[in-house]
Amino acid sequence: MNLQNRRLFYNRVFSVLSIGTALLGLIFLGWIIVTLVIKGTEAMSLDLFTTDLINNGLRNLLWGQFVLSILATVLAIPIGMLAGIWLQEYGNHTKFATFIRDLSDVMMSAPSIVIGTFVYAILVVPVGHANGWAGIVALAILMLPIVVRTTDDMLGLIPRELREAGVALGIPKYRIILDIIIRGAKVGIMTGLLLAFARIVGETAPLLYTSGTSQYWTTNLNETFPSLTVSIYNLATHPQEEMVKLGWAGALILAVFVLALNIIGRYLVRKKH
Amino acid sequence: MDANLMMEVKDFSFTYPNAPKPSLKHINLRVVKNRITALIGPSGCGKSTLLRAMNRIHDLYPGCKYEGAINLQCVDGSVKNILEWTKENDLIRLRQKVGMIFQKPTPFPMSIYDNIAYGLKLQGIRSKSELDDRVEEALRDGALWNEVKDRLKDDARGLSGGQQQRLCIARSVALRPDVILFDEPTSALDPISTVAIEEMIMELREQYTICIVTHNMQQAARISDYTAFMYLGELIEYDETDTIFTNPSQKQTEDYITGRFG
Repeated sequence: MNLQNRRLFYNRVFSVLSIGTALLGLIFLGWIIVTLVIKGTEAMSLDLFTTDLINNGLRNLLWGQFVLSILATVLAIPIGMLAGIWLQEYGNHTKFATFIRDLSDVMMSAPSIVIGTFVYAILVVPVGHANGWAGIVALAILMLPIVVRTTDDMLGLIPRELREAGVALGIPKYRIILDIIIRGAKVGIMTGLLLAFARIVGETAPLLYTSGTSQYWTTNLNETFPSLTVSIYNLATHPQEEMVKLGWAGALILAVFVLALNIIGRYLVRKKH
Repeated sequence: MDANLMMEVKDFSFTYPNAPKPSLKHINLRVVKNRITALIGPSGCGKSTLLRAMNRIHDLYPGCKYEGAINLQCVDGSVKNILEWTKENDLIRLRQKVGMIFQKPTPFPMSIYDNIAYGLKLQGIRSKSELDDRVEEALRDGALWNEVKDRLKDDARGLSGGQQQRLCIARSVALRPDVILFDEPTSALDPISTVAIEEMIMELREQYTICIVTHNMQQAARISDYTAFMYLGELIEYDETDTIFTNPSQKQTEDYITGRFG
């Protein structure tokens, strides 16, 4: 084989290999989606949205998951955004800021069950029973580093010239940050926050030992609080076939919701560029 | 300081953070009131560095070292060395007196109207009618009024590059500074926009003192009254623009303006 042919041969081998592995990944993804849709639609009905788990519905679980995620977001966003603003606009290249950045990267890849166990130790054990607040804190801790890095990165994309232009007009630094830089990075930050929310809304591990789940409708965060993901986990191994089907329906609803959030997020990003 | 001067740079040296040697060495420059002073020289000669020292924009990045003096004539007739100011409030006041326009247009992410009104509101102007008047006046000064008067509420980032740059100049003029510094304001623009900006700068001379850094020697010759030639961090020659371009006293200046190097 001459050199030319040998290169063409290698080229073909690597094309086949990379297409093959890409297909392998897609096959599993397709398998998951198809199974989810088939099994999920089987038990799907409008009644699921109007009755609670105790009556074989999902209403209280959807409500609970929503409340936990929203309150975690309300907790994580101000802290995370302020930290991100500090990192980019004040700390930037100092040693301490670099340390905080690294720390938040480490936290981002921390296993969520570790965070769940930590919150269990500090907020569940002292109280003596699972409670909604602990679930909120666990989700917020999970979300925090994502918010920090998103804010930090998005503010970093604003050109230096825009900051200088603000300074050159005699505008105080905090006003430049609030009125010019954050406004310029608004779409990027909003998208990042949406994706961060999508990330936590489907989490199970941080809630397993913290908020637990409940079969009833409740607004009392001092007690165990309904969670769709934890209940899916329980329903999946339930002896009654009906309940397993209910779990599939819940999983489908969750998947569609997270997918929708991701699509909206990506759409916003594309619209910006 | 002579009464006809607006700013005077005296024996000024500047060192960037962590740099082993100063980027500007013992600069002396006179900026005459209501005149246009051009800084020319090859890339890296320090002309932008000098301009950026004149409203202390370098202070955004910690660790810069200033030596010597940059004197500014204040409205009350007193003369202040701006290098002695350290408080953030003093620097904010300095930049309200000495505005700056950059190479790349920098419209703020807000409407055309708000781009101009924003600085005015921060200066304490609350009345809607006064704001409207000042915005219109600034846009007229910026030769932009006729093009944008029907879409003041549109996002400023939708304007063309040349229009954005004129908006930035209008924004600076709206605050009625004493001095406006231009850092290569036309090098990112097409020839037609460049002409518009040059005409505007020449008109602004009536009311403002102007200092402009340019790579374009023809531009310096066309619009400026005084020209300073800089090379390797030193100010080689300063004189009336006509003299610099027709009869420079230094060999380096002559070599540069005749295109033998740079």
